[in-house]
Formats: sequence, C-alpha cells, structure tokens
Amino acid sequence: MDIVVLLKQVPDTEATIQIQEDGRTIKTQDIKWVINPYDEYAVEEALRIKESQGEGKVTILTVGHDRAVEAMRTALAMGADEGILIDDPAIDTFDGLGIARILAAAIYEISYDLIIAGMRAVDDDSYLVPTAVAEFLEIPSVSMVVRQEISDGKIRCERMVEGGTVVVEADLPAVFTTQKGINEPRYASLPGIMKAKKKKLEKKNLADIGLEAAQLSETGANTRVARLSFPPERQPGKMVEGETPEEKAAELVRLLREEAKVI
Amino acid sequence: MGKGVLAFAEQVDGSFRKIAYEVVSEARRLADILQGPLTAVVMGSGVEEIAAELKAYGVDCIVIADDAALTDYTTEAYTRVLSGIVKDKAPEIILLGASTRGKDLAARLAAHLDAGLAMDCIALSLDNSALHATRPMFGGKILADVVIEKAPKIAALRPNVAEVTEASGAGELEKAPVEVGQTKTRVVEKKVETTGVVDLTEADIVVSGGRGMGGADFSVIEALAQELGAAVGASRSAVDEGWRPHSDQVGQTGKVVSPSLYIACGISGAIQHLAGMGSSKYIVAINKDPEAPIFKKADYGIVEDLFKVVPAITAEIKKLKG
Ligand SMILES: Cc1cc2nc3c(=O)[nH]c(=O)nc-3n(C[C@H](O)[C@H](O)[C@H](O)COP(=O)(O)OP(=O)(O)OC[C@H]3O[C@@H](n4cnc5c(N)ncnc54)[C@H](O)[C@@H]3O)c2cc1C
Ligand SMILES: Nc1ncnc2c1ncn2[C@@H]1O[C@H](COP(=O)(O)O)[C@@H](O)[C@H]1O
Repeated sequence: MDIVVLLKQVPDTEATIQIQEDGRTIKTQDIKWVINPYDEYAVEEALRIKESQGEGKVTILTVGHDRAVEAMRTALAMGADEGILIDDPAIDTFDGLGIARILAAAIYEISYDLIIAGMRAVDDDSYLVPTAVAEFLEIPSVSMVVRQEISDGKIRCERMVEGGTVVVEADLPAVFTTQKGINEPRYASLPGIMKAKKKKLEKKNLADIGLEAAQLSETGANTRVARLSFPPERQPGKMVEGETPEEKAAELVRLLREEAKVI
Repeated sequence: MGKGVLAFAEQVDGSFRKIAYEVVSEARRLADILQGPLTAVVMGSGVEEIAAELKAYGVDCIVIADDAALTDYTTEAYTRVLSGIVKDKAPEIILLGASTRGKDLAARLAAHLDAGLAMDCIALSLDNSALHATRPMFGGKILADVVIEKAPKIAALRPNVAEVTEASGAGELEKAPVEVGQTKTRVVEKKVETTGVVDLTEADIVVSGGRGMGGADFSVIEALAQELGAAVGASRSAVDEGWRPHSDQVGQTGKVVSPSLYIACGISGAIQHLAGMGSSKYIVAINKDPEAPIFKKADYGIVEDLFKVVPAITAEIKKLKG
C-alpha cells in the first residue's frame, strides 16, 4: 500500500510568537520549528500500516520553504521512504484552500492508496487542508480518527465526535486525519537518522507540478489576514483567603455567585 | 432571494445542539446588518418536527433536508446536499458551528464551493460586504483578523462565544429535494452517549484535573462537576498517565474550550494547557504550590490541597441549593 503523509512544519508549541512590522505575519527568525504534533501521529500510523502489511511506500509531502526539510528528514529518519517538498515564493500568499490545491496537484502525479494528515496544524489551527485535498481529489475523507483498520480495499475509521466515537467505513483511496490517542509516535533512531540522509528528497516548484502561480493567484486565496494582534493578557486575579479549606471554599463560592455571577 | 445568511443548525438524534442556537442567533445578527433574509438548514431524518423550533430565533425560512441517507452524518452526503441548498439560495454568508461535525463539513463545503472559510471564529463583523472574522491562531497566542470578500463567505463559529437571542421571524418551512445517490462512505457503528453528559466543548462550566490528582480516581472532581452541571476535563499529563481518556484533554493538542467558568485542579498552567482554556470567561485555579504559573492567569486562586478544598466547594454549593 502506498501512503502519502501530509506534513507541515510549525513553530514549537513553546515558542513565543511575535508579530512582524507589517502587522499581518509573524516573525519567523528565532523560532524553533518542529513537525506539527498531529502529523507525527500521521507518520507513525503510516509506518505501522506499512509494517503490518509488509510492503508499500510512505511518501512525505510538504508545502513549505527550505527550512521544512528538517522536519521532513525527521520523518524519513522515523522510517518514511521519501519526501517531496513543494517550495515556491508564491505560496506565502496562499490560504489553506490554496495550499490544499497545491497538495492535490502534487498527489495527482504520484500513485497512492491512502493519504494521512494531521487533524489540525497548530499554527493556523484551520482544520481544513486534508479535507479540502480529498474534495479536490474526489475521494472520501474522515477526520479526527483515533483508530483505523484496513481490509478489502476499505478503511474503517473510528472518529471522535461529541460524546463518544463513530466508526465510518470508506472506500480506498481515502484521506483520514489523526487525533491524539491514535498511537505513540516513535523516536528516530540513530541508524534511522543516518539512513535518512541518503533517502530521496525532491524539491519542486509550482510549475513542476503543472501549476502556474499566475493562474493560481485567483484561486490561491479566498481569505486574507488583515491584521494579527495579541489577545488581551489575562491579569492575575484574587487569591481567595481563609484559615481553613472550608473557609476558602465558602469565600470562592461567594465570589463566583456575587462577583463573577457564573454559578 | 440572495444576499442573505444561511445557517447550518446542527441536530443529533432529533435534538438541536446548543451550538445550533448560537449559530442561528449570530446569523440573525449578520442578516440584520446585511438587511437580508436568514435561512436555517436542518438536515437529518425525521427532523421536520424539531425544525419548527427555530422560528423562535428570527429565522425567515427553514429548509429541511430529510432523508434516511442523512440519518448519520457523513462528510460526503452532507456536503452534497448542503452545497445543493447553497446553490439554490445563493447566500452571501454561510455560518456553521465549529463542532467536530461542523468543522469537517465547513472544510469540505469550502473546497467544494471554492469559498473562503474562517474556521473556529470567536467574533464576526461586516465592513460593507466584507466579512471580518476574528480567529485564534498558534494555540490562542495570536488573534487574526481574517477578511473574506468573495461570496459565499463561510465561517465556523466556536461554541460558547455567541449569545443565544430569541427574535420573531416568518419561519416558513421548505423541503429541500434530497438526492444523495451513491456514496463511498457509511457509518457502521456508533459508540455515543447522548444522555446526561455535557460535552466538554459546549459545557458552560468545566472542572479539570491534572497531575496533582495523583491517580485515576477523579471522584472529587466528578462530584463537583455533577453539582455544577459541568463537564470534566484533564491536562495532558493526566491523560498520558492513562487516568483519563484522550477525549478529555484540554489544550493545544486537545480540545479548546471557552466556558464561562473553568476550574483547574492540580494543574500547573503550562502554555499548551492555557492554549485550550485561556479564553474562558472566568478561571479558578486550585493548586497547593503558591508559585504555580496558573495563578498568573486565574481570576480566583486558592492555594490548598485540592483533596481538601474541592469537596468543601462541592459541599458549599450543595448547601446553597438547599
Ligand atoms: C507538543 C506538546 C503539546 C502539548 N499539549 C498539551 C495539551 O494539549 N494539554 C495539556 O494540558 N498539556 C499539553 N502539553 C504538556 C504541557 O507542557 C504540560 O506538561 C502539562 O500541561 C502539565 O500537566 P499538569 O499541569 O497536570 O502537570 P504538572 O505540570 O506536573 O502540574 C501538577 C500541578 O499539580 C499541583 N499539585 C500536586 N498535588 C496537588 C494537590 N494535592 N492539590 C493541589 N495541587 C496539587 C502541583 O503543585 C503542580 O502545579 C503539551 C506539551 C507538548 C510538548
Ligand atoms: N503546507 C502544508 N504541507 C503539507 N501538509 C499540510 C500543510 N498544511 C497543512 N497540512 C496538513 O493538513 C493538516 C491540517 O492542517 P490545517 O488545515 O492547516 O489545520 C496538517 O496537520 C497537515 O497534515
């Protein structure tokens, strides 16, 4: 089974995010970049499927700039077979839907049975790209999957919903997105890291995959970020005083009722 | 018609989710600014009866897509039917809730219609006909003002941020033709509890426990949650220890919640946890360590052993209720 993993490089969740002078983008220097945490689950799940079937290929596909190679190499060191990076100056103006169009165009050129992605990228938090890729490729999509099983050209995905889970069966090829709980991603081993250096990592631009930036500029973005700002800082509030736990409890309940009026 | 707002009113097993009322109320507000009609869409099977309920929220027209093929939510069938309704009504704005279902549907619909989508918005406004959506990014560290100019403009509204407001409306019922046809996906099993449990993302009050719980016994928290009609959440540490299911995790790699009251018990306040609950209206922190970072973000802090103070709070609330 040939599996494509959509992998995005994002700022580490600990990173301090600063806004650029233009007020619309973030400062990218001084940031530690990592694989989007959900995409680590996607890589792991792809490797497990390949291992359990004893054959197949896992391709890492990324739209991003040169620095994304590091995240891709980490995935290759975990055990993925090869990587394709679509890098083009034009991508900076694209929104999630535009990125999905690029990914779909790139996938169009390779053979695949299954596409695995993260349920959300922790930078833009859009929950959009993989489902849009599936729509462009006209194949099924199942999001927020915590368990999957493949047999007879079909995949059964247990997906998280409010109050529990639902099992959805889809014909392959399909796209599914990973939710926390699906697996524990492995660490790249030292031999894995050595091997990864020799694995194929292709770089392409938009023209290489049959897309022209000019032609895409109309469909590349239906949304634009007008401004970024910081949310109002939460101020430290009151420490609830009292001699005993009971006194503190009574004072808290009084404050919640009379001051905050939330209970 | 055209130029109006179309609201997807999410129902599950014959009742509207709370988010449905929030979406319809927010859509009414936007429709008033646009001076256009508000159409609500109800999809499912056997939903005709509940659909009329939406009249009380100022809906001009209620489109019902009722079909056995829509009993369970599947991305494919719902996108197909909803996009048909969108083409018919040609709305300026489409509003959905950012629930698990709403997010999934919004994404596929946006791709199908080649429409701009702002996901998980916390505020919406209009500047002439441009839609401005405020949405958190980078786990809530940044707020983005996202602009969509081309119609239809799609926004998915985060649960618990819009007020539910009643208004009068014609509420004319209209049945949409449903032709789902062949699909490549089907629901084969459901493991959902629908009775009595408040969902974390929709709950008005959330009580969460962290590593300070010291083990899988969350009974002190559950008792407080029950007294408050609240949902129970957890930090990643508590989930990774296997004390709570993954679905309880609040944070950057868990659920994002915006309740009016969030009570964090034995949680230190790591940045990834704050990403999931920092937009709560009021935060209460209970921690035995006076230096715990969570106190810097809390409206009310109690330095105390949670096993002593949480039962005392539960007792106090019981007392009030008489
Ligand atoms: C990529 C990534 C993603 C992450 N995503 C998330 C996420 O989504 N959600 C999340 O929560 N974390 C997330 N984390 C983990 C996060 O960094 C913290 O490790 C985690 O939130 C800590 O959980 P905690 O506060 O329960 O535990 P701790 O930090 O160990 O804090 C326990 C607290 O309990 C207090 N305590 C102990 N006993 C008692 C008692 N008897 N009474 C009162 N107080 C007591 C202690 O003083 C301490 O402050 C993520 C980390 C990474 C790297
Ligand atoms: N630029 C990208 N390159 C490759 N995959 C991406 C990219 N952006 C998003 N994805 C995939 O889509 C998932 C959801 O991202 P998003 O829709 O941006 O929240 C991510 O977890 C990735 O798997």
